[in-house]
Amino acid sequence: MNHEAKIKLADILLVEDNPGDVRLAREALKESKLLNKLYEVDDGMKAMAFLRQEGGYADMPRPDLVLLDLNLPRKNGREVLAEIKTDETLKRIPVVILTVSRAEEDVLKSYNLHANCYISKPFDMEQFVKVVRSIEDFWFSIVRLPAGDTKDEG
Amino acid sequence: MLVEDNPGDAKLALEALKVGRLRYEVHVVEDGEQAINFLRREGEYADAPRPDLILLDFNLPKKNGRQVLAEIKEDENLKYIPVMVFTVSKAEEDVLRAYDLRANCFITKPSEIEQLFKIVKSIEDFWLNIVKLPA
Repeated sequence: MNHEAKIKLADILLVEDNPGDVRLAREALKESKLLNKLYEVDDGMKAMAFLRQEGGYADMPRPDLVLLDLNLPRKNGREVLAEIKTDETLKRIPVVILTVSRAEEDVLKSYNLHANCYISKPFDMEQFVKVVRSIEDFWFSIVRLPAGDTKDEG
Repeated sequence: MLVEDNPGDAKLALEALKVGRLRYEVHVVEDGEQAINFLRREGEYADAPRPDLILLDFNLPKKNGRQVLAEIKEDENLKYIPVMVFTVSKAEEDVLRAYDLRANCFITKPSEIEQLFKIVKSIEDFWLNIVKLPA
């Protein structure tokens, strides 16, 4: 099979206000085989500014994947999700909900708002790291992501 | 639920799923119309269960996969069901189109059997063990 020769750095946006979870996710991704760059924002307003490349985020890349917590200050994760998925220029970016909530209502609501998938954060640290790696494996090794602005070599 | 018109591919995917110890039932339909009828429980599918997950081929007879995807994701009663586009296509246009139509993910079906088994296993691992599906 013909794999793309160029190695592309995967840009991941983590929207998470819990510093412990941010640190764990960072560590899980740092040790991964896949080259990735993790961007972190800790509230919903910053997440939207980042994605829309507004204010201090003008030079930020369009992420390949968004990891989104539901409980966030200033603008909650449901609102962020709804805004991404109704924005013609952003809606194709896969959004993985990563939250402590196990409430069936949150799960259903998220899928109805077109979350690409919903994952309950495990309480156990090791499990959390494992889950972050699984997300990365699945979305970057198995799934074909939209290429966005980048063109195929030719 | 597997929507696949190629009997060989359907058989292989089923085998791959079986290798991974089945804890669920796989329903196979082979064209886009059947897929929609199954989901809307119409005609012979009146008693069909609502699937937890859909693996959707893009090239289907009668109603193609893009249309099926669009119909699912615009239907208030169905749009929550995760749909994985699982197709031989590698075309960037198909990938973008699928995500714009709100496919939950796009996976290119490998032509090699071993690879196919590996991918089906990964889908199973991720969606059934890591992800929380709507009940």
